[in-house]
Amino acid sequence: MTALVQQLVLGLLIGGLYGLAAAGLSLIFGVMKVLNVAHGQLIMLGGYGAFWLFALAGFDPFASLALVVPGALVLGALLYWALFGWVVRASEEARVKNSLLIGFGLALALDALAVRLWTADERSITTSYAGAVLHVGGITVPLVRLASLVLALALIGAVHLLLARARWGRAIRATAEDWEAALMTGIDVRRAYLLAFAIGTALAGAAGTLVSVGYSVSPSIGLEWTLKALVVVVLAGLGSMPGTFVGGLVLGLAEALAAWGFGGPYREMVGLVLFFVVLVARPQGLFAR
Amino acid sequence: MTRAWGLGLAVVAVAALAAVPRVARSDSVLNFLFLVLLSVALAPIWNIVAGYAGQVNLGHAAFFGLGALTTRSLWSAGAPVSLAMAAGAGVATAGALLIGAVAFRLRGAYFAIGTLALGEILRITVGNVLSEVSTLPAATIARYRLADRYYLALALAVLTLGAVWALARSRAGLGMQAIREDEEAAEASGVNALGLKLLALALSTALAGLAGGLFAYYHISYYPSHPFGPHWTFDALLITYIGGVGTLHGPVLGAIFYVFLKEYLAIRWVDFHLLIFGALFIAIVLLLPGGLVEAAGRLRALAGRKAPTIIRP
Repeated sequence: MTALVQQLVLGLLIGGLYGLAAAGLSLIFGVMKVLNVAHGQLIMLGGYGAFWLFALAGFDPFASLALVVPGALVLGALLYWALFGWVVRASEEARVKNSLLIGFGLALALDALAVRLWTADERSITTSYAGAVLHVGGITVPLVRLASLVLALALIGAVHLLLARARWGRAIRATAEDWEAALMTGIDVRRAYLLAFAIGTALAGAAGTLVSVGYSVSPSIGLEWTLKALVVVVLAGLGSMPGTFVGGLVLGLAEALAAWGFGGPYREMVGLVLFFVVLVARPQGLFAR
Repeated sequence: MTRAWGLGLAVVAVAALAAVPRVARSDSVLNFLFLVLLSVALAPIWNIVAGYAGQVNLGHAAFFGLGALTTRSLWSAGAPVSLAMAAGAGVATAGALLIGAVAFRLRGAYFAIGTLALGEILRITVGNVLSEVSTLPAATIARYRLADRYYLALALAVLTLGAVWALARSRAGLGMQAIREDEEAAEASGVNALGLKLLALALSTALAGLAGGLFAYYHISYYPSHPFGPHWTFDALLITYIGGVGTLHGPVLGAIFYVFLKEYLAIRWVDFHLLIFGALFIAIVLLLPGGLVEAAGRLRALAGRKAPTIIRP
């Protein structure tokens, strides 16, 4: 019994990161109808950014969020300007397909670049407090992962508030609902796209930083994290940041149950199976609200 | 290129390739050409579903893997290799019809990510169940003749290109191209979209199963989950788009270009080719959706001759 609860607690902790990873993808997809399959690679870059700041400059990984997140914001704006901004000129169906292909090329290039820059080894940030744990009953809770969960929730909450309250946040939501109507009310749709893409990338950078502290990064994690984020987006639907976070927690718990019931190697399967089942049950796609 | 010229060039190329084992001094030439021929087969095989029927299948490696797994199992158990390869193609096709009936409820990008998930499910399962390296018995290794594998690869490439050539001209092939352009309009004019998409998938996966069987016949030892790896799909996708999606000769040109450049770059930088091909691929999607074939057409137009019309998927 304790073993199961322990698994579930760990599942919940990584589930928060799944939610954060999916939040960026969901925002970009919901607003731009652009599917960036290199999202996992952006998470990987965020992780390596934090790793470099720690290894070369001795930055605390949680403090390095203050550098990685703005850095990812700029990277997102650059990627929009250089690549994804061109795709939104096409019709919606062509948008999804072309963005899928561009994201795919970007993913391959970034994977190869990461092997060049950081070798294929797994890296993780080991701080002086990395081993600290909390004991509750018979359950062990790693403090770093708990802090990551709280930070993920805080970041998602912050983006949710900005989208709900800020003037440009409301412009982004209006664009997501109906870009043509938004355009007619005087909203700068291109700017809303740019902001959504940059914020989505910044969320990926934050997720990567947290992954590199509690877990590990390597050049091959990109596809894995893209799939996790896609699974959560399919489970949670589009349009709600808190919903995406809950979707992440659900995936974390489902993985923990699968690992407990069928053994560790099947952890990766459960999300993919859920993903396929939900996708086929709702073939009209992810736009359904 | 007129049809007579194209056919002539193909005959000369096949004759020259068939003569290579008689004149090649080292195995490395044959091994390299084997890789080229495998890619020359794999990219057009993927192109049947993506380029003609317009469905980006990212789970393609699953069928290559199923072919490899079936062929290796039966061949190791003592079945003749031809029978084992035929069984591999059969299993891959059966799997494709089963999966396709469900997956074709998805359209466009959802089909792509859905099939990617299916491919990964299969890869992880095979990796979990069969985690040991599969190695040929010593007696088989002693009798191993590289030229046999090479001729089979050549035969597979010829078979694939012949099948794609015939398909593109057939009523079914034209129906597939109509689906690619506009599925609703095609159905409205009497095309059975689901049936033709399944036919494209069945043909593509039968050939992919054969290619997987060839892989199992060629490699002395490998992890059973290796042929299920997503890079088999990704390579075919890159090659097809770089060469020219939805054309017969585009993927062939793309494959030759890809394998040569990959080998050349690998001498100095392992995996560096993916950085270049990833960037090249993005540039092609954004600027030149017809790939090398379109580039050649434009060059010819610049030189004052009439460019062939290219139908973009």
